[in-house]
Amino acid sequence: MVLQTPEKTGEVYKWEGSVEELKGLVTERAITGETMLLNMGPHHPSTHGVLRLLLELDGEEIVSCLPDVGYLHTGIEKNMEHKTYEKCVTLTDRMDYLAPMSNNLAFCLAVEKLVDLDVPERASIIRVICMELTRLNSHLVWLGTHALDMGAMSVFLYCFREREIILEMFEMLSGQRMMSSYIRPGGVWRDIPPEFLPALEKFLDYMPAKIDDYEKLLTNNPLWIDRTQGIGIIEPDVAMAWGVSGPSLRGSGVSWDIRKAMPYSGYEQYDFNVPVGEHGDVYDRFYVRILEMRESVNILNQAVKRLTPAGPFRSDNRKFVPPPRRELGQSMEAVIHHFKLWTEGFSAPDEEVFVAIESPRGELGCYLHGTGGNKPRRVHFKTPSFMHIAALPVMSKNHLIADLVGIIGSVDIVLGDCDR
Amino acid sequence: MGVISSKLGNLGIVTTTLDEAVNWGRTGAMWPLLFGLACCAIEYMSTQASNYDLSRFGMELNRASPRQADLLIVAGRVSRKMAPVIRQLYDQMAAPKWVISMGDCASCSGVYNNYALVQGVDEIIPVDVYVAGCPPRPEQLIHGILALHEKVRGEHIKEWAS
Repeated sequence: MVLQTPEKTGEVYKWEGSVEELKGLVTERAITGETMLLNMGPHHPSTHGVLRLLLELDGEEIVSCLPDVGYLHTGIEKNMEHKTYEKCVTLTDRMDYLAPMSNNLAFCLAVEKLVDLDVPERASIIRVICMELTRLNSHLVWLGTHALDMGAMSVFLYCFREREIILEMFEMLSGQRMMSSYIRPGGVWRDIPPEFLPALEKFLDYMPAKIDDYEKLLTNNPLWIDRTQGIGIIEPDVAMAWGVSGPSLRGSGVSWDIRKAMPYSGYEQYDFNVPVGEHGDVYDRFYVRILEMRESVNILNQAVKRLTPAGPFRSDNRKFVPPPRRELGQSMEAVIHHFKLWTEGFSAPDEEVFVAIESPRGELGCYLHGTGGNKPRRVHFKTPSFMHIAALPVMSKNHLIADLVGIIGSVDIVLGDCDR
Repeated sequence: MGVISSKLGNLGIVTTTLDEAVNWGRTGAMWPLLFGLACCAIEYMSTQASNYDLSRFGMELNRASPRQADLLIVAGRVSRKMAPVIRQLYDQMAAPKWVISMGDCASCSGVYNNYALVQGVDEIIPVDVYVAGCPPRPEQLIHGILALHEKVRGEHIKEWAS
């Protein structure tokens, strides 16, 4: 099998433009050729996806760093304009693929705000459980890959062992490991299955000891400390100016968590701490996330206690939420509602709403503008990864290339979240 | 399979064809390119990690350089901006090389029929095995890899050499 190669191969990385075009973005020294311009990505093992960075280097030191995003642009926001609100939920899963349920929730909260739909208590508790499991899931992948980038292979294997347990629980809930679409406007897709709670309780007993294990491997490890402390420092005011949020902002010592500041899904009823760092370096961002994992276990324990009574798991407003299956055989109205919702969908007013939640990465906002019809006019997501990539040049200035790998890992970016 | 029976201790003379021996070797340690695009890359990582342990198939070693890789697993959606990069990576791989299109997006662009995505990675590079799913479970990917092994065992070295 001999493959024909196109005539134009080999031209992809060749930069057509001249260095002159980069004036104002790189220093004058790059234009004279005194410093070196180096391309990092989009195929690079440590850029956590398809991020491209154009680096200006003085020796091994980074003088300036220009991120280039869009290699994973999928047009999800545009696609949503052609789908009913119910169907949009499926697309939100695939934005931030390490925290699909957070995306579901941001979108569903926006829809619920737009059409003024109430969510029953039990559904909110199930949502909180999903959120915190998602946070653990996402932080486990972050920790594994961050440590892998820095040369610690075993952490990755341990983290993915625990992650499989969470994915199994997601599968119990929704039938899918990752792209669950479990959270729907008005509540959740179905009630939690009987095997879910025992599995969750077993996991909650198991998990704290495993977080201890990760800490044993990293927290006091001199190699880890040398590679992370004092690296990628971002001052709190600078971080806020660049729109950094979530654990990356809290690593700089700013106590800002949407779960506390603007609670949603009943987060105000849970008792938990918001861990903050001190120096704003890679190590503090790492440690804040480790502490956050412990807080997630704590919130989950509280949520399991609150969940006990059975009750409705989604709103009974038939204009927005389909009727349960058992009603279809008895009620003509239920059949009509079911048919209308699954063909036409529901209508939302021509108004705009914005909802923000605390995703594992930071502040995930959803702007939603209805048309008065069954499809949105505009959906836009304010995603944390995009902001964090924008802040990378600030953090990486005057550091070595090897440190840049750690800095990229420490702000926990997902390119699907950034490019959508 | 002559080569394997010689490993079992009965060390007599083994006869086999060159094709069979070479293909057996090629399926034994097929090094994938360390390359992930989107959601499927996370499931691919799961496949490599503790529970599914891809090293059972000699595939635990991901090469970051396409020059050292035998297998390109296109894991995720291929945007128009990314397409020339993937073609470049494929061209840089040394033959013999194989491609697995992992997931619906890489195979046919899945749920997205829009301006941003290449409607299937087979528009830009030849694909040996398609794995369906959004994202495919690790078991599905392993099934795809075994299907590729099956395919490789039927190849003739003459075809690669020409």
